Amino acid sequence: METLDYDVAIVGTGLAGLRTAIEILRKDKGRLGVKVAVISKIYLMRSHSVSAEGGTSAVLYPEEGDSFELMAWDTIKGSDFLADQDAVWRFVHLATQEIRLIERWGVPWNRREDGRIEQRWFGGLSFPRATYAQDKTGFFEMRALYDTLLKYDNWDRFDENFVTSVVIENGQFKGFTAIDLRTGNFRYFRAKAGVIATGGAGQLYRITSMAASSTGDGYGIAYNAGLPLKDMEFVQFHPTGLVPRGLLITEAARGEGAYLINKDGERFMKRYAPSKMELAPRDIVSRAIMKEIMEGRGIYDEHSGLYHVWLDMRHLGKERIEEKLPFIREIGLKYLGIDIVDQPLPIRPTVHYNMGGIHTDIDGKVLMANGTPVRGLWAAGEAACVSIHGANRLGSNGTNDCLVYGYIVGNDVYNYIERERPQYPDQPRTALSAEEDRIFGRILGRESGGEDVYQLRNELKDTMERYVHVYRTGSELEKAVVKIKELKERYKNIRLTDRSRTFNYNLQHALELGFMLDIAHVIAQGALLRTESRGAHARLDYPNRDDEHWLKHTIALRSDGEPSFSYIPVRITMWKPVARVY
Amino acid sequence: MKVRIRRFDGQKEWWQDYEVEAKPFTTILDILNYIRENLDHTLAYRHSCQMGSCGSCGVVINGKPALACQTRVGELKTDTLRIEPLYNYRVIRDLVVDLTDFVNKHRSVKPWMIRKNPQELEEAPSEFKVTPQQNLTFIQFDYCIMCGVCLAACPTVAIDPLFIGPQALAQAYRYIADPRDEGFEERIDVLDDSHGVWRCHFAGACSYVCPKGVDPAKAIQYLKKEILKFRLLRKRKKAVPPAEIVQKEPPPNAPKPPPFDFKFEGGVE
Repeated sequence: METLDYDVAIVGTGLAGLRTAIEILRKDKGRLGVKVAVISKIYLMRSHSVSAEGGTSAVLYPEEGDSFELMAWDTIKGSDFLADQDAVWRFVHLATQEIRLIERWGVPWNRREDGRIEQRWFGGLSFPRATYAQDKTGFFEMRALYDTLLKYDNWDRFDENFVTSVVIENGQFKGFTAIDLRTGNFRYFRAKAGVIATGGAGQLYRITSMAASSTGDGYGIAYNAGLPLKDMEFVQFHPTGLVPRGLLITEAARGEGAYLINKDGERFMKRYAPSKMELAPRDIVSRAIMKEIMEGRGIYDEHSGLYHVWLDMRHLGKERIEEKLPFIREIGLKYLGIDIVDQPLPIRPTVHYNMGGIHTDIDGKVLMANGTPVRGLWAAGEAACVSIHGANRLGSNGTNDCLVYGYIVGNDVYNYIERERPQYPDQPRTALSAEEDRIFGRILGRESGGEDVYQLRNELKDTMERYVHVYRTGSELEKAVVKIKELKERYKNIRLTDRSRTFNYNLQHALELGFMLDIAHVIAQGALLRTESRGAHARLDYPNRDDEHWLKHTIALRSDGEPSFSYIPVRITMWKPVARVY
Repeated sequence: MKVRIRRFDGQKEWWQDYEVEAKPFTTILDILNYIRENLDHTLAYRHSCQMGSCGSCGVVINGKPALACQTRVGELKTDTLRIEPLYNYRVIRDLVVDLTDFVNKHRSVKPWMIRKNPQELEEAPSEFKVTPQQNLTFIQFDYCIMCGVCLAACPTVAIDPLFIGPQALAQAYRYIADPRDEGFEERIDVLDDSHGVWRCHFAGACSYVCPKGVDPAKAIQYLKKEILKFRLLRKRKKAVPPAEIVQKEPPPNAPKPPPFDFKFEGGVE
């Protein structure tokens, strides 16, 4: 085992992780010589934030009618009133500076003729405040942050290091354990402060817009360390995933005016959101599409065996498409041979985002079950649940969450190191050797058993796709829980084919699957318990929102291998819940 | 369909054959995933976003460096498939290559925004004004996903390991062409070097294989022009501070966003 000492260890290098690293380094400027480890299981520039397409919301033009109140209201109404309103209030105020700062670091925002930043419409907004750079917004943001990080010296990159656990003892963060995928060596990142920014868990599903790397490792390591996960049953389905794989077709397509059309050629959104139409929030549009399909107005695709509806952009014209949606055109051409200038795209909802995540406070500090923070541990971005997005995140509120919380957490971590001058924790020997034994002894070294990682993973994906989808019912969720428990039992018997130490993806996938099974269990069980419909959690057997009983956050804890659930109140400081009509 | 994959386990190299079913819209990545999940768990390759944004899955497909996730079986017009690790890199295992040198070269050209007053990058009370037309001078070069495919095609990289390479040079130009950047002089030593822009002899292979239409070959030619102009002007009027000389207006034939059926005109085929 190799021990590596750092002041701060950041796991995950999407927008949130990179922004956190930059904030710490630029605040320090060599004053304390804070040394940062930036750790990713893939290469630093490859994180899934690169696939964010449509936009990043921020209030830039108050003189034209936008305001912080309006953005906060949109976010809270979009969240179906499950967002913590004090956190939203802080978030909307910080988004503006982030847009302008990363502009100066190189993001090529689309511009107005006078050189100022342009914005566009997105679902659920009352003002066109989605700031965008073509339809590759997240990609350009990642480039600017990655390039800017390269400017600093006092950090080390750990590409392709897979973090397997977070070590916490007596409420104190003590570091991360990891496998260096290149050598297979076991590593202990001993750090005074840690940040988890590992993104979401879209890979629980078969049809997802999320990368193969989005396996929810951050949720897994936190949950295994006895930390609570919050609101995990709220899984966002993006309405427009390209059939068959579920590749993301940005909401900006509808922001620019695209139509959703059913089998009969009808713009069906008029029945579901008569005033916002295609630009209703994602949960509503996804339900509308599934309803059309369930009621027989979908189109059958022979190749994939899937039903879908059409996303029609023909009326936008070639010029506008080339200027505003070039990547969507590229995706259509490359993957289906369809040119959106002449033909509509076949789309259906695709898993896109986890509203839930690691339970944190308003500063991104990770909280324990008793509500007090772990000393020295933070979480940011999709991995964290503050909660800003409540039961449904608005489109264009994901990337700004990463940027704002990267900033907040970076700041907070730096203040912690500067003011409290924490020492390196002493080596938690028992925990480290137990973890080493779990990975190399009980998983990699296992000689008996015959369960196959990929077989189990596929069964899990099918289970989630079938039973824990856009619409849920009690009986289906029960089936999901039973199946997941069975898979967890079988997981104990997995046996790896690959025994190599160098780039053993078989081992990595086995460890990821362990996390995925736990997360799936929390999602399905939490969804079963929540007997109401709110935001992205839609129960056919409980079709209404129930504020009397369920205006509260779900907290899931690991106890004896099974999740146990409790609930905490939502912080409502500005607006009382009202009916959510668009 | 018959698939031959170049394998390497750290000691020995070999070709391994697999038999898979493929439709015209099946991607090479689908095939690799199928093989790893169903036929051979030991096959090592990188992939992540599956939609041509993250740059993980560069491999050589039937002799041409490309992204596995964006290459469809139908476009190859062949019923046998040959997959190799990217050329010009050290292979670690199977299709996984060592990118350390690649990322270091990228960093060596200072690929970040440089202002004469660095404080302007610390706080942003307002945005820098950039017109839509000015955006077009550099945005094409900002499409780079750092997949490293261009280096695998470059004949110069193959013979000169010190050559900075098309990716890093294109990224140097991306910032130099950006009207907000003022860092030309800080980058010139690395660029104006026998292993810098002058090592490129314009085979154009980088632009031919680039999956995102970045056109590094074009960026390198622009860089040569900028460097010569800089040298010339420095010679003529020594009194003038060089930063003011650097032309920031878009070049007369400012690049437009790339067409989708991107075809390289001239050079190698």
